[in-house]
This record gives sequence, C-alpha cells and structure tokens, in this order.
Amino acid sequence: MQPPVDAHITRVIREDWGRILSALTAHVGNYALAEDSLQDAVVVALDKWQQGLPDHPDAWLLTVARRKAVDRLRRSANASRKEQELALFLEQTRPDPEEVGVIPDHRLELIFACCHPALEEKSRTALTLRAIGGLTTPEIAAAFLDKPDAMAARLTRAKRKIRDAGIPFKLPDASDLPDRVEAVLRVIYLIFNEGFRTNGATLTRADLAEEAIRLGRILSALLPQDAEVKALLALMLLSDSRRHTRMDGAGAYAPLEAQNRARWDKAKIREGTALVKHALTTAPAGPYALQAAISAIHAEATAFADTDWPQIAALYDLLAARRPNPVIAINQAVARSYVEGPEAALSLLEQVATTARLDAYQPFHVCRADLLSRLNRPCEAAENYRAAIALSASTAEKAFLTQRLAAIAPP
Amino acid sequence: MQYMLLIYNAEDNGPQPGTEEFGPYMQGYVDFTNEVQSAGKMLSGDALQPIATSSTVSVRNGKTEVVDGPFAETKEQLGGFYILDCKDLDEALHYAAKIPDAAYGRVEVRPVMIFD
Repeated sequence: MQPPVDAHITRVIREDWGRILSALTAHVGNYALAEDSLQDAVVVALDKWQQGLPDHPDAWLLTVARRKAVDRLRRSANASRKEQELALFLEQTRPDPEEVGVIPDHRLELIFACCHPALEEKSRTALTLRAIGGLTTPEIAAAFLDKPDAMAARLTRAKRKIRDAGIPFKLPDASDLPDRVEAVLRVIYLIFNEGFRTNGATLTRADLAEEAIRLGRILSALLPQDAEVKALLALMLLSDSRRHTRMDGAGAYAPLEAQNRARWDKAKIREGTALVKHALTTAPAGPYALQAAISAIHAEATAFADTDWPQIAALYDLLAARRPNPVIAINQAVARSYVEGPEAALSLLEQVATTARLDAYQPFHVCRADLLSRLNRPCEAAENYRAAIALSASTAEKAFLTQRLAAIAPP
Repeated sequence: MQYMLLIYNAEDNGPQPGTEEFGPYMQGYVDFTNEVQSAGKMLSGDALQPIATSSTVSVRNGKTEVVDGPFAETKEQLGGFYILDCKDLDEALHYAAKIPDAAYGRVEVRPVMIFD
C-alpha cells in the first residue's frame, strides 16, 4: 500500500514546510532559490522516506535543501560573482548535524515579504499559500479556479519582484508595523473568503477556509500580543462553525434564520468566542474584533428569534463609523430592521444608495427586497429580487431567491 | 541597492509659482535633498524642464524621426527624479513618500539594473 505512506509523508512535509523554507530563505538570502531547493529536497524525501521517516524530518529536509541550494548555484552557468560567493559561503557554513530541533523560525519575516504591499493582491494570497501553507502550485491554481500555467507564471513574477525590487526579508519598522500587519490579515481573510464564499462546489475550495484558519493560528502564535490577529482567527472560526449549515440536506442555500443551529460546530464556537473575549479585553476593539463579536452573538443565540439584535446593531454602528463602506452599511441596515423595524432600515439603505453605486451589488438587492416584502410592498420587492437573482453567482442562492420571489409574487 | 524615484505629476497640478504654497513646497524639496544627502543615500537627482521642451526620437530602417513632445501624451508626466542608494525596497518607499510631489502626483520606485 503505497498511497497512505505518501499521504503521511506529504502531511509531515506540509506541516514543516513554512518553518524550513523561512529558515532556508534567511540562510541563502533569496526566496526563489530557497523554494526551489526545498522542492528538490522534497522530491528526494518522497523517494527515500518510503523506507521510513528519519528521526528529525525537518532537520533532514533543511540539510538536504541547503545542499541542493549549493548545487543549483554551482550548476547555473551564468551565476554572478555574488552567487558564486554565496555558494562558497554556504559550503563553508555546513550546519552542525547536532543542531537538530533548533531550526530558527523566520516565518514572520516570510509572511511579511509575501504580503508586501508592492506585490499584486492576488499574488500575495497565492505566495502566502505557497510559502507558509506549503500548498503546491497546482493546488493553489485549483483553489483559485485558475490554469496551473497561469498560476505558475504569477508566482514566478511575484518571486522575481521580491528579488529584483529588493523586497526585504525582515520584520517591518515599528512605524510600518500596524499597516503591514493589516495587510497580512487582509490576505488571510481573503483566502478564507475565497474558500467560504463558494457553494461548496469543490472540496479544494472548502480547504482554503481551513488553510486560512491554519495561517491565522500560525500568525497568532507568532504575534501573540496582537489583538486583531486573535480577532481575525475568532472571526474565521465563528463563520466556519456555520459552514455546513449554509446548505440544507437537499443542497439548497439556507440563510441564517433557516439554519439548523444544532449542527453548528460547537468546538469552533467555543474557541472563537474565547478568542474574541480575549481580544476585546486586551485592546480597543479593532474592525476584526467588532466583526468577530457580532459573529459570536449570532453563535450564542439558540434560535434566530433569540438573537440579541440591539447589541448587533450597536456593534455595526461602531464598525460603520470606523470603516464606512457599503458592505457594512447593508449589514447595519439588516440589524437595524430587527431593532427599529424595516422602515428605519430602508431609509438607512436609501441613504447609502445615494452615496455609493450599489446597482450591481447583489447583497444590496437582497436586503432591499427583504425589507420591502416585510413592509408589504411586493411589487417593489419583486423588482429587487429579480435584480438579485440576475446578479447571484451561485445556483443555490439563485434557487433560494427565486423561491422567495415566488412567495411574494405568485406567477 | 540603487533605486530611481520617478516623480510624476500633471504640470498644472500642485502648488504653482507665484502662489503662497509654492515657497513651502520648494522648501520641501530643499529639505528632502538635504536629508538624503546627509544620510549618504543620494547618488543623483534633478528636476526636468516642462514637457513643452521635450522631443522624442526614434530610428526605423536607419531613418531618424524626431517628434515634438513627450514619449506618451498622458496627464501626469515625469517631472524629476532621484537616484538613491537604499538597503531595501522598504527604505526606498519611505523616501518616496517624503518627496513633496507624492502628496500631489505619484512617485514610481524602480530598482536600477546593475550589471556585474
């Protein structure tokens, strides 16, 4: 039975990948070279480890990868003088075979390099999945529904920019740190949403949400003092606790009020709630903490009717004041509709619609349709339902909205 | 690493000569140049004459053609540059943000190709 061995080896490699790669990058000072050399070492490992894993797989991989880096530098015919010097340096600094288990952890430097604002946003997410998550290029391509060639080209471009533009492999200066941490958090949350938003079409995409949570855990361990890092992890865990109930048994889309709450993942809710409490008590609430707190309140309600809407509405008001954007405003309107009624919510929504172009934004039409139908204005509601259906990307959501439309406007 | 900081702005944008803001704006350039010089970062840098003075040359089939005007007719034009010696992109980006025209136009940061 070969496959189980391979699966086990692959898991071991993936667990250690980010740490080894970051140590290797720090050692050779060149991310692309480090990644290629580690990949070479993995190819050897997949063959050699069939007979049994070494005592310290991580140290083994690092040692072999270092040797592969020297080979690569020696082989490259047009190596610059700097590269020749590097090869010599690497040969002379053979790591002590006794130093197993003390592989330095430079993952934080690696994360900041991968999420550098000088890189295109999609490349940042792809690079982070490759460098820290240990996903292969075909896996990343599948997750983004891209062609493997296109994704490989994108990663190559990004790596070349890191090298040629001098994107540093270091912790950002204190003055840059808040912005740069925010950029990292945005990348992780983008990865999460990429996996979460889809209607579970493919397993790989659902795995992206898991991967984002794993990245969130790594970052939380590396930046233990940062409340927003914990808050993002909380937000992802709490959202993910409801992932399986967003579809009912027949595969139809289920909104929050129709979900089977008994099937929400209790362990994720417990962990997420504890994290958000911690985040809120240690620092002034940032945007992720506010969103996580809202998600935690939903998680606490045993039935939709028990939802603490005044609390949620108050949190959305804080969030909207901090980050005025249409996405938050629409959620703010939904929350307000359960506190002050649909009339007040509708006037808030109209107000937002005057300042932002929302015609092509599906959630705006869903929200407006719901408010209008609760206000007994079916003709106008039907118009928004039709617009929302036309804008829906997922078939499950289309079907759900069509059902809603049929309920208010019988054909 | 060497970085070229290219300063782009529309010529009618930002403080204009004769206005109250022009003095502090030019002083900003004097201060910035002093800062990068005393930090030992400055390799070179200059302002360019307006694009009305610009001519563009191309050679096709051995024939030289000269056209009046800049390479591309865009609103924002290259108005000046610095070449700085920085330790990495972050440092170069920091200096780019301090150039007075970053507040009105844009500053492009490009590493200089070194042949070795």
